[in-house]
Amino acid sequence: MSDDFLSREEAAAAAANGERGRDTRAYLTGFALAVLLTVPPFVLAWTGVLPRGTTLWVIAVAALVQIVVHLRYFLHVDLSRQKREDLQLILFTVLLLALMGGGTIWILSDLAYRMH
Amino acid sequence: MMDSPIFGRLTFDDIAPLAVFRNFSLNELVASGAGWLEVFAAVGVVAALTYFRLWGPLWREWLTSQDHKKIGIMYMVLGFVMMARGVAEGVIMRGHLATALDGGILAPEHFAELFSTHGTIMIFFVAMPFITGFMNFLIPLQIGSRDMAFPLMNQISLGMTAAGAMLLLVSLVVGQFETGGWAAYPPFTGAAFQPGVGPDYWIWAIVVSGFGSMLSGINFAVTIYKMRAPGMTYMRMPVFCWTALCTAILLAFAMPPLTVAALMQALDRYLDFHFFTNDLGGNMMNYANLFWMFGHPEVYILILPAYGIYSELTATYSAKTLYGYTSLVLATMCIAVMSFTVWVHHFFTMGNSATVNVAFGIATMLIAIPTGVKMYVWLATLYRGRIRMTVPMIYLGGFMVLFVLGGLSGIILANPTINYQVHNTQFIVAHFHNVILPGVVFATLAGIHMWFPKAFGYRLEEGPARLSAILWIVGFSATFLPLYVVGLLGYPRRSASYTDPVFEPYMIFTALGSLLILAAFATFAWVFWVSWRNRAALAVPLGDPWDGRTLEWATPAPVPEYNFAVIPVIGTREPFAVEKASGRPYVRPDEYEDIRLPAPSGVGFVLCVCAGVFGFAMTWWIWWLAAISLVAIPTVLVVRSFFPDRMVTIPADEVRRDTEAWLRAIDAASGVDRGEELTSANRGFARTDLKEAA
Amino acid sequence: MTDAATNLHPGLNLGPSHGEAHEEAEVVTFGFWVFLMSDLVTFGLFFATFATMWGSTAGGPGPDEIVNLGSIAGQTTLLLASTLTFGFASIAMKYHDAPGRIAMWLGVTALLGAGFVALEVKDFIHMAEIGAVPQRSGYLSAFWSLVGLHGLHVSMGIVFVGVMVLQIYLLGMTSRVKSRLLRLALYWHFLDIVWVGIMSGVFLAGAL
Repeated sequence: MSDDFLSREEAAAAAANGERGRDTRAYLTGFALAVLLTVPPFVLAWTGVLPRGTTLWVIAVAALVQIVVHLRYFLHVDLSRQKREDLQLILFTVLLLALMGGGTIWILSDLAYRMH
Repeated sequence: MMDSPIFGRLTFDDIAPLAVFRNFSLNELVASGAGWLEVFAAVGVVAALTYFRLWGPLWREWLTSQDHKKIGIMYMVLGFVMMARGVAEGVIMRGHLATALDGGILAPEHFAELFSTHGTIMIFFVAMPFITGFMNFLIPLQIGSRDMAFPLMNQISLGMTAAGAMLLLVSLVVGQFETGGWAAYPPFTGAAFQPGVGPDYWIWAIVVSGFGSMLSGINFAVTIYKMRAPGMTYMRMPVFCWTALCTAILLAFAMPPLTVAALMQALDRYLDFHFFTNDLGGNMMNYANLFWMFGHPEVYILILPAYGIYSELTATYSAKTLYGYTSLVLATMCIAVMSFTVWVHHFFTMGNSATVNVAFGIATMLIAIPTGVKMYVWLATLYRGRIRMTVPMIYLGGFMVLFVLGGLSGIILANPTINYQVHNTQFIVAHFHNVILPGVVFATLAGIHMWFPKAFGYRLEEGPARLSAILWIVGFSATFLPLYVVGLLGYPRRSASYTDPVFEPYMIFTALGSLLILAAFATFAWVFWVSWRNRAALAVPLGDPWDGRTLEWATPAPVPEYNFAVIPVIGTREPFAVEKASGRPYVRPDEYEDIRLPAPSGVGFVLCVCAGVFGFAMTWWIWWLAAISLVAIPTVLVVRSFFPDRMVTIPADEVRRDTEAWLRAIDAASGVDRGEELTSANRGFARTDLKEAA
Repeated sequence: MTDAATNLHPGLNLGPSHGEAHEEAEVVTFGFWVFLMSDLVTFGLFFATFATMWGSTAGGPGPDEIVNLGSIAGQTTLLLASTLTFGFASIAMKYHDAPGRIAMWLGVTALLGAGFVALEVKDFIHMAEIGAVPQRSGYLSAFWSLVGLHGLHVSMGIVFVGVMVLQIYLLGMTSRVKSRLLRLALYWHFLDIVWVGIMSGVFLAGAL
């Protein structure tokens, strides 16, 4: 976080170092990866060339990878020490979401199966 | 519907206390009487505040305060006010059931309303404010911080909780509450079966206070993560802070399911959506699923801080380091995560397959293991400790025996096949009162006895408090333990009458038991009164009346607004105890600095009013008012964000003067032995004989 | 463990120091992360409920009739582009560009966001025209509330962007304003992540 609060001099020095270019390229990389991960699922869903099950898998995997891309390039979550608490928090939330969402779908689909 | 554009569906006939004049009966007398009582109480409070000219101090020193200690105390007061109503309702229900063979004194509808408000109040507006109050008061003191991470948000959380509580109180006088229990299951509470305002009161009380609780959770978590004094590593935090951290995480992540469930229910009721309806693809089990996804972690939201309180008082009153700190911490973390894996055990009978039920049954049994670990930790701490049987220890004794009993009945219920037999019987009522009362309520009362001197500078009278503790334990046992038998005999919960005379003796017995609980509650109120009158003899201004072990005891009582003259540096787990053992317990700063604290702010109060008005307007379909109050909330916050935070500076000289006066008083004091800590010789300076070092 | 030198409080005071603004920003940002994660759970629950109601169309319009992939592609493009332009605003803030430049990127972001909301509203209007209203079935209730909740978040984000542009001009680029912009960026990028889930789980899967 602290690198978002550079003083004017630090910012000028960083820009002279080419850091500004790297920052811009990072956002553009994220954007390009996001586009790359969005277009194929759309094409598959639109044309329906692959079997339904396969397409669903592609959509799910592309979405998960794209979420990681967003976290990495836009939300700047990485493995560095100062971001570790954020990462732990996200992983914990993912665990809870898996428990809650997965549990919900499991329980209610089980129920639906038995009710029909 | 002929709704007025100005008053929505609110009419003169909805003023409940007037109903008794239209249609006199014992049932109406009880209902209207409660309404009148509440109105008179409110008028009395207003009159007293005016007569004693307390409006100014109330506003300046309390309602606008951002001090975590005062906010914590206000949470406790809110809890007690609501508890008075909750206990009274419990006694009335028990009284009704004692006469309910083929009838009873109340109308079934009224009885249903009573158990709904009783449950809603006791969980959301008694137990929650109590534990939030403790966490507010204790966390910054125990981690060596000046305040919470977000003092203003803390004030807003309190305002939201209070707004929800106000909706509950208003529902007694204007209109009526829902009749579907504290869980308010649709479709029974849906628009088709309860078109009135009752379920809407529930929805908005829950949504508003739920937001407050979620914000509290965020605040506590960030405070503990980021605001600890230098040197206080995670494994040096007091146990209470560990339990508070886990609770905070549960609050932040377990409140959303409840809010989602309540909002979906609102969409069903207001806009004719079909989440939980019987027709057009709605599925009521989605509600059960969401509600208990909150409901089960909620149980641990309530009980984990109670465990923390019990841990602190066990160590303090047996003058021993807590045995097995690490295992207690690990057990707490296990419980926090596992509490998200057991929710289906609240609705085993929904009709899903045995596989699902068995999985959740096993998870439920597993969660008992870390809870058992805690029990052994406390027992091992007590073992060979120098125990003083003070009031908190009496509660601890009651807790240990009764809570194990409640836990064992929980293990029984965790087995789906047995659960099918006792589902929706009084056995369940016995079980959850058995864990919540000795667990949460006893911990609260014990904790109040322990930390009241820290907050107000004088101890509570020991004699009447002991009487109250014993009445609580006996009253609880008499009221709720027989319900296990009644439940096994097949008496369904929430039924307003019964036809089998075999239940009658039990019902009369438990009604008498509930009078003991009422007496216990009244005695506790009386304890405050006699202690206040006798406060000079009970004063402990030096701040350490119980030979305490954690950081908060190393401050004067009452604690100054800034908590610590200088922020301490922590090197051990029980810094104060260790330093007392080494003979140099109090920080004697070389230099003082100005201390900056957030200035009083009315934002929390304004948002409290807006949220309360919003809930009321939505409940009564007063759309214009709902829109205005809803828009007002973000507007207030946005407008405020354009102005700098106002701060108050406490000059270094003032801090120096107060701190040095306190330190001089400590130097002059002779200290009190543990054996004499209940006498007026106790001025809050413990002559410790602690030798061990953590 | 009981080294006397570290035990006793040496009287150190954590007064105002060089890094106070950073420390404060770190606390606030971490708190905002916790809030976002709590919000993520809210979205997750609406999502899970939507999944359980996948087949609850009660004879009404189902996914085939209501998913308009062309419009979704447009919405996705607008939102993704807005996430990029917010990134440019963050970079401009980091390197002390003129406030006008930061405000310009924020303005572009808000416009793209508004385009997203407009397309979404257009879809909703179309759905209402063919009778796919939330009152029709459990599936549609869950659909409208999940997608609508996200749209509501984006709309609030647009309002917040407006507020922040005002603050940039009225208050200047103070550390408080910067800290708020930082959090708004997190919020905006977070909504794009949620959209990836909705786009895939509701629309692409629904189009199959």
